[in-house]
Amino acid sequence: MKPEELRYAKTHEWVHVDENAEHAQNGQSLATVGISAFAVEALTDLVFLELPEIGKQVTPGGSLGEVESVKAVSDIYSPVAGEVIEVNQELPDALQWLGEDPYGRGWIAKIRLAGAADLEHLMSHAAYNKMCAEEES
Amino acid sequence: MRNKHATQLIFELSKAGRKAVSLPAVDVPVQPIEEIIPERFLAETSPHLPEVAEPEIVRHYANLSTLNMSVDTHFYPLGSCTMKYNPKRNERLASMPGIVDVHPYQPESSLQGLLRVFFELQQMLEEISGLDAVSLQPAAGAHGELTALMVAAAYFREMGEVRTKVLTPDSAHGTNPASARMCGFETVTVKSTAEGFVDREDLLSKLDESVAVFMITNPNTLGLFERGVAEIADEVHACGGLIYLDGANMNAILGVTRPGDFGADMMHFNPHKTFSGPHGGGGPGAGPIAVVKKLSPYLPVPRVVREKLEDGFKYRLDGDQPRSIGRVRSFFGNSGVLVRAYCYLLTHGPEGLRRVSENAVLNANYLLSRVKHFLPVPQGDRCMHEFVASAAQLKNDSGVSAMDLVKRLLDYGFHAPTVYFPLTVKEAVMVEPTETESKEMLDKFAEALFHITEESVDLLHDAPHTTLVSRPDEVTAARKPLLRWKPSAEA
Amino acid sequence: MPYVYNTPDDQQAMLEAIGCASIEELFESIPESLRLNRPLQLPKAMGELELTAHLTALAAQNKSPADTVCFLGAGSYDHFVPAVVDYVASRGEFYTSYTPYQPEVSQGNLQAMFEYQTMICELTGMDVSNQSLYDGGSAAVEGVLMSLTVTRRRGRVLVAESVHPEYRQVVDTYFASLETEVITIPCPEGTIDQQALNSALTEDTACLLLQQPNFFGCLEEVHEIVEKVHSAGALLVSVIDPISLGLLQRPGDYDADIVVGEGQSLGTPMQYGGPYLGLMACRETFVRRLPGRIAGQTTDRRGNRCWVLTLQTREQHIRRDKATSNICTNQGLFALRASVYLAAMGPQGMREVAELCLQKTAYARERLSRLDRLEVVFDRPVFKEFVVRDRANAVDELLADCERAGVFAGVPLAQWYPDREDCFLLAVTEKRTRAEIDQFVEFVAQHTTSGATHAK
Repeated sequence: MKPEELRYAKTHEWVHVDENAEHAQNGQSLATVGISAFAVEALTDLVFLELPEIGKQVTPGGSLGEVESVKAVSDIYSPVAGEVIEVNQELPDALQWLGEDPYGRGWIAKIRLAGAADLEHLMSHAAYNKMCAEEES
Repeated sequence: MRNKHATQLIFELSKAGRKAVSLPAVDVPVQPIEEIIPERFLAETSPHLPEVAEPEIVRHYANLSTLNMSVDTHFYPLGSCTMKYNPKRNERLASMPGIVDVHPYQPESSLQGLLRVFFELQQMLEEISGLDAVSLQPAAGAHGELTALMVAAAYFREMGEVRTKVLTPDSAHGTNPASARMCGFETVTVKSTAEGFVDREDLLSKLDESVAVFMITNPNTLGLFERGVAEIADEVHACGGLIYLDGANMNAILGVTRPGDFGADMMHFNPHKTFSGPHGGGGPGAGPIAVVKKLSPYLPVPRVVREKLEDGFKYRLDGDQPRSIGRVRSFFGNSGVLVRAYCYLLTHGPEGLRRVSENAVLNANYLLSRVKHFLPVPQGDRCMHEFVASAAQLKNDSGVSAMDLVKRLLDYGFHAPTVYFPLTVKEAVMVEPTETESKEMLDKFAEALFHITEESVDLLHDAPHTTLVSRPDEVTAARKPLLRWKPSAEA
Repeated sequence: MPYVYNTPDDQQAMLEAIGCASIEELFESIPESLRLNRPLQLPKAMGELELTAHLTALAAQNKSPADTVCFLGAGSYDHFVPAVVDYVASRGEFYTSYTPYQPEVSQGNLQAMFEYQTMICELTGMDVSNQSLYDGGSAAVEGVLMSLTVTRRRGRVLVAESVHPEYRQVVDTYFASLETEVITIPCPEGTIDQQALNSALTEDTACLLLQQPNFFGCLEEVHEIVEKVHSAGALLVSVIDPISLGLLQRPGDYDADIVVGEGQSLGTPMQYGGPYLGLMACRETFVRRLPGRIAGQTTDRRGNRCWVLTLQTREQHIRRDKATSNICTNQGLFALRASVYLAAMGPQGMREVAELCLQKTAYARERLSRLDRLEVVFDRPVFKEFVVRDRANAVDELLADCERAGVFAGVPLAQWYPDREDCFLLAVTEKRTRAEIDQFVEFVAQHTTSGATHAK
């Protein structure tokens, strides 16, 4: 995934919507969710990742598991509404992917969207970068 | 000095057949165990505990103790922990028969001396806080905080007011939001100004009738007294909310000002900080709370009350408080810690407590005046009992972090100050010398810190060098937790 | 000034360095309107000699097991404390040190904690232990809260009526602000009513809190109970007596999920109820949900084995929609005492102390049951405590008479179990001699009130 093409939540998750994905049924799109490079860097030494359960129904802001560093645990929040149909099973044993490739190999969950993709409330790459810059100062 | 040979876990010292304690032979007629306890309840094997001789136990633990820095042996300027001297007379007195060995369910008539200690302590804490009623029940500071929030929740419930929010400053200690959550409140953060004071505009924008409590620490975590605290309290009270004071920093203001006088409705004390209770390697503590009159019906039960008799007083445990939130712990309270606090307060008296704060503040300001020349103190030239320096410039210039600095202090024979708290200062180094240190020690510390800022980056990145252990790998410890020794071969 | 170094000269020199004329100036930031402007109204300062006299006089007004034979139990016990425990705990490097935030200068505490954690795992048969919580009561609450997080069920928690009443009161206080229901399972015959338990176990039940041996001293049928609890998908949170585990089956062996308990019996004096030691251990799979501090083994940059505080996110983590724990302190010094006690006792000593408690309790129970005045109440196996009923229904009087005769005979149940106002609870530890038991029995035998009624 190219970071510029993704949408972002205030809570640092990224989402990519694929309307033509294999999994799409009845016109439902598939979203892939992960956490941004900014978030991974802020967390520093990652020690643990808890993936959401397959089949879990989520709404925007709902829990998609958690990621833990030496000093803090952070919830991962879903940016969209739908059902978790796939998770990156190997990721908890390969946490370095989050650092090396957070938008690709470090993906966290795939969600079949409940309705039409509602990405209005999410930020563009530029807007997200701006938010991060403000947070840092 | 540590014995060179003593480096093993007590389990590794174990040898079958060794034994330390011998108990007397059974003196009553013995029944077969299976006749008293059916077999299904009996263990098949004994627990695998170490088998060691008594001298071995002494040697093992005595050697372990030499690996610790402690107030008894080192200057320990941990900010917001108040690592002051732990008086030995308090240890002796709290260990006396009739105090240390009393059973919690003894009849009150057999406890009058101890109940009197608690009653008088309640009174002393009321006076020091400027508030009206005290509970000695909570077991630690965070526990006291939780208890006070429960009291607030009960108060609003009874008033029929629906208040869902607790406000906390962004410099607050992590337990504040957690405590609020446990009482069913939502936490809202209030911003601080660059100087570390409450951002009044931000506070006002968040104050409304859904706010139950505003939790503050005063002096704040930068060691500065919030000048406008009375006005802040007025604003919160005007909305019908309550002010909770985190009393961790009381060492700065004893006898000078009182939380009840500057607007607090509730507060907790840390007797293991302010009143010299020993820290015990992380515990025990105690967290007595004090509240204004209108909140006193909700305090946990029991409390100690006193009845006048013809010749003296009778002390009683009063549990008959129908509006109380109930119990927050089993038994009465952390009696051991409370008795030590009582001894401390009697040792100092009113004048002595005032001198404690004066010297705590003097020592901190003196140390600040020396340190600021080579390590910036963003808040300025003055502080109360503690100050926060910043290693941010150093980090920019030479890559040396706050952590590197304080790790090197260990080599110079000082315990490190607190680092990375409060979060509002970059590369924070929080220093609290306390009043029980000499000017000579403060000078030595300042000199050491100065030398360190001139030392090479490489030396500091790998510090400490003179301790048995240096820079443990905390990441692996969290990724692959090894939380107990196992009998099979372990590295 | 007892503990302050600063002489007037020191103060002068420091003020000059600061650039201040007086100490008063350093308090300028505190507005005049907020100043106390009078001395605190507190008792005058006492020197060490006067303070000692004062405390000695107060202590003399108290009785204790030093002068009164103690059959009091109910969660706090008069057990033997070997001298080595006091010795180790009184070393200044242990009791005046702080939480091990700088591991390089806290290896003494960290290694001792790692050893403690190991010992508790061995004693309870569980996989992982924390460094302790405040006391048995708060550990019980934490165990129940943890079950909510682990099972993700928030509907209800079940608490046996035979769990220590004060622990149950603490659970009630904590849950008053939460939405989860707390259901008490009755124990009419001294142990949990299994039918009532069956009806109470719903799909949204997170746990059963059960004490073994229970508050009445009786053994619960844990094997049957744990099966029921597990089939309902709930957890068993077991409250234990560590002294019993030298002899009785360990909770890990009967498949408990979370173990909590009061560690005071392991080398800590009774101190009127605190500070004590909250034990807590659990299965491996729950380790990231275990509250409190934990020491973990690692290596340092030179490859040496060493210990650090780990999984620190347990301490102050805030989860949005799950129960939180803010309890993060540990009872470092008392966990140390427990470790030294367990090392001094070893497996054999633990077995001996448990057997002594068992035999002496059985003996006392048997002798008391033969008296006209008293009746043993529950027909269940007991370990070191049991309940008796006063046929004369004058418990307070009887206990007062015994006290005058130099015996704390027991804890009356009326304050917690109103329909058992004619009962009291006695504990017999390894410290009680046969002579003490016999004398006590003989005293009660001579104290039937006139007109005593039998078998109400």
